[in-house]
Amino acid sequence: MAHTTTLLEIKDLKKTFSIATGLFARPLTLTALEDINFTIRQGETLGIVGESGCGKSTLGRCILQLLTPDEGQVLWLGQDLTKLPAEEMRQRRQDLQIIFQDPLASLNPRMTVGEIIADPLRTLRPELNKTERRARVLKTMESVGLLPEMINRYPHEFSGGQAQRIGIARALITEPKLIVCDEPVSALDVSIQAQILNLLAELKDEFGLTLIFISHNLSVVRHVSDRILVLYLGRIVELASGDEIYEDPKHPYTRALLTAVPIPDPKLARLRNIDALKGEIPSPINPPSGCTFRTRCRFAKPYCAEKRPPLEIIENGRLVACHRWREIDVPAEAVLNG
Amino acid sequence: MAGITGKDAVLTEYAHRLETLDAPKGRSLTQDAVRRLVRNKAAVLSVFVVGFIIIFAFAGPYFLPWTYDKIDWSGIRKPPNFEAGHYAGTDQNGRDMLARIMQGTQMSLIVAGVATLVSVIIGVIYGAVAGYFGGRVDAVMMRFVDIMYALPYILFVIILVVIFGRNPVLLFVGIGFLEWLTMARIVRGQTMSIKQREFVEAAKAGGAKPWTIIFRHIVPNLTGPVVIYATLTVPEIILTESFLSYLGLGVQEPQTSLGTLISFGAPVAETLPWMLIGPAVVLVSLLLCLTYIGDGLRDALDPKDR
Amino acid sequence: MTEVLKVEDMSVTFELHDSEVQAVREMNFSLSEGETLAVVGESGSGKSQAFLAIMGLLAKNGRAGGRVMMGDVDLLALDSRQLDRYRGKDIAMIFQDPMTSLNPTLKVKTQLSEVLVKHRGFNQQDAVTTSIEMLERVGIPEPVKRANAYPHELSGGMRQRVMIAMALLCQPKILIADEPTTALDVTVQAQMLDLFKSLTEDFGTSLVLITHDLGVVAGVADRMMVMYGGRVVEKGVTDDLFYDPRHPYTLGLLHSTPHIAKRAVRLDPIQGLPPSLENLPKGCAFHPRCAFAFDRCLVERPPLRDVGDGRQKACFYEGPLAYGEVA
Repeated sequence: MAHTTTLLEIKDLKKTFSIATGLFARPLTLTALEDINFTIRQGETLGIVGESGCGKSTLGRCILQLLTPDEGQVLWLGQDLTKLPAEEMRQRRQDLQIIFQDPLASLNPRMTVGEIIADPLRTLRPELNKTERRARVLKTMESVGLLPEMINRYPHEFSGGQAQRIGIARALITEPKLIVCDEPVSALDVSIQAQILNLLAELKDEFGLTLIFISHNLSVVRHVSDRILVLYLGRIVELASGDEIYEDPKHPYTRALLTAVPIPDPKLARLRNIDALKGEIPSPINPPSGCTFRTRCRFAKPYCAEKRPPLEIIENGRLVACHRWREIDVPAEAVLNG
Repeated sequence: MAGITGKDAVLTEYAHRLETLDAPKGRSLTQDAVRRLVRNKAAVLSVFVVGFIIIFAFAGPYFLPWTYDKIDWSGIRKPPNFEAGHYAGTDQNGRDMLARIMQGTQMSLIVAGVATLVSVIIGVIYGAVAGYFGGRVDAVMMRFVDIMYALPYILFVIILVVIFGRNPVLLFVGIGFLEWLTMARIVRGQTMSIKQREFVEAAKAGGAKPWTIIFRHIVPNLTGPVVIYATLTVPEIILTESFLSYLGLGVQEPQTSLGTLISFGAPVAETLPWMLIGPAVVLVSLLLCLTYIGDGLRDALDPKDR
Repeated sequence: MTEVLKVEDMSVTFELHDSEVQAVREMNFSLSEGETLAVVGESGSGKSQAFLAIMGLLAKNGRAGGRVMMGDVDLLALDSRQLDRYRGKDIAMIFQDPMTSLNPTLKVKTQLSEVLVKHRGFNQQDAVTTSIEMLERVGIPEPVKRANAYPHELSGGMRQRVMIAMALLCQPKILIADEPTTALDVTVQAQMLDLFKSLTEDFGTSLVLITHDLGVVAGVADRMMVMYGGRVVEKGVTDDLFYDPRHPYTLGLLHSTPHIAKRAVRLDPIQGLPPSLENLPKGCAFHPRCAFAFDRCLVERPPLRDVGDGRQKACFYEGPLAYGEVA
């Protein structure tokens, strides 16, 4: 892995939203992402997990410049996308694509499947004529498992799983290098979920894609990812390889998440001692001082409220943001033995 | 990367091969809506009635012995008389009522059509632009709409009469320029909800420019509310025209419109009932049918609401 | 164990403008006191409609056949006024989205105490006190403060707890939960599942858990029932179905679910798409997606039959069920 190139580097990314509260009231500031630093290597799958409101979708959109970050850089092969003029960024979009959560909502209901899949080509490859476009559409449809005779149909005639295949075909047609998958399977039935996950894995091998896989479902992320990034209230709390995260989680939040994941195995499920987190995620408008996780952390000490833990690099390039990661002993029940 | 590997050529051939392939046409949302509309008996009947009224108004005059402005000195204020060719009687000036109804219907339809078209075009573009760009652009554009709302309508009409003189069609192009305000508000609201949908984001990720997104992805998805509101605008303008003509600001003699005919017929309804009944029947059936069509379209385009 | 609910030969039919769709067919099961029964299936399997029918909550064009016996009473034979005597009191249901079942314009305590006043004849003051106690029991911190809040001021997990509290106020014998944790985050989901477990233990409530997530089932269910295309295809004790599935669909579901502790290179999903109820395949509804289907499956529908150990399945195939290597 040491030889592979760094495709994308995120530096000190910050994104805030202002929320209008009234005509004359000062808008509130919601910090969706702060101090985000990580790199993605060519050909890997980076999973991003976290609970709702942790900023995982915002991060995906900031990488693609669908949202403009407030601060920081998004370096694509060394080139800062946030500073790129609009026209150059438009051209760059050939390399960076996205797959959405709600497959039907992500397809324009007034367009046929063929038109939807060809849409990125119209702007990104205007030199192609109609026949060439259609050829590519059919080729891509074939690789995502759609039948050619579906080309003139409309999205509402498809089930969720097929609609997601259409979305994947649209993302693939520009021959991108990186695809951000934003919860691509959470709206699908179990049996279809597995089909789409397998399809993504096949396409990744076939086209040499790099994937950013955003999901709240840890089992799914574990299944697809090489490395996993755990977000909590807009900050990175841990980043490590999939096996490291699951076998030896360092951050108390990662641990709690892992033990909360339902396991489709009754005996293991009964044996497990769920490290249930107290309460729910605090509001990102008014996050706790110091370590944002301290309000739900059972290892929290008074000093956790005073100082924000830095994102430390520990062994093997793992990252963790916790004051007490060295002291916390991982009890045996948190480790999952298959 | 195109052209180097000759991949394009291979793909082109592949496309030609598949061109002959039988790819069945899907059912578009519009086709679905039409199918639902056809099932609605009241709406279908209304479409036929409106269609008949249009043919009646535009083709009818060619089959009549009298034109709308010709005065029959032998028949003034006469009830229907088939021998003389006055199938619906004559008015106080001896002009054939049926011809006048036809001409009046024509005028009302043209005026309503033109004004609606103008208001739809302006309203959709204005609303979609304001809704899509949002923020400051939206604030400025919508405040302008608010100001327009606040100014008295009739004042504008008088200014328009001064500008366009007595040309009724131009006058109603002008009225269309005033009628788009509500349309713009509706479209803006819809646009704001559509632009949150993921397919708009997908288009952005596909490199589409703002104008492409507006016209390719947003405007086609506005069809439902726009069509429905337009069918409601048509009767509104017919009534506006009647009102303006009544004030003497609309259509001028010898030309006429349904509103004008009714305003002349109403005072003499007891002595010369044929002067009121004819135009009233046409106007009422037109308005009623348009309302039914509007209702039918609403149900057909928005099946979830039922 | 006492039987609290017995469903016999139930069916649910919907009338569309020019056709009829059978969403549930020939459903038979019984529920014992304090037991948790999981109903597993994908969208369109009829799992939700079956229980909406039991609650008398079908859409206008739907109608239910068969019998649903609660003691000596057939719930399906009652009109909606008679049903109100049992609904909410003896049998309660909670849904995936609690917002749809909470009135946004009323305070939490008003909605809760209303139930007590109506069903159990409490006076207003006692009703509020009891409601607040119940909020505390379902794990809501600061129950007095939350009781004075409006539903939209609460988080998703909190709302679902309020719904559960509301359902429990009348101490129902049966609680039906339709995908209660699907909209919640994992950490909150774990809390809810814990809550369900203690409910059945402390209150003796029988729980029906309708879900598509086998992970959720494994943790809480005593027995499970797998549905496909409107029919029950396999039924038995949870452990048996997980470790020794006898129906190919159950096996397929297990192989489609990613397991956090086992990283398989590939999942073994079920091929194809779930059928539409309007157009079910002939014979066994699952045969087009089944790796084990043979000629008989194409023409004849397998009935649900006993296969020993209190298990039932609807499948003709008797050979060993495994695709190559089992994970």
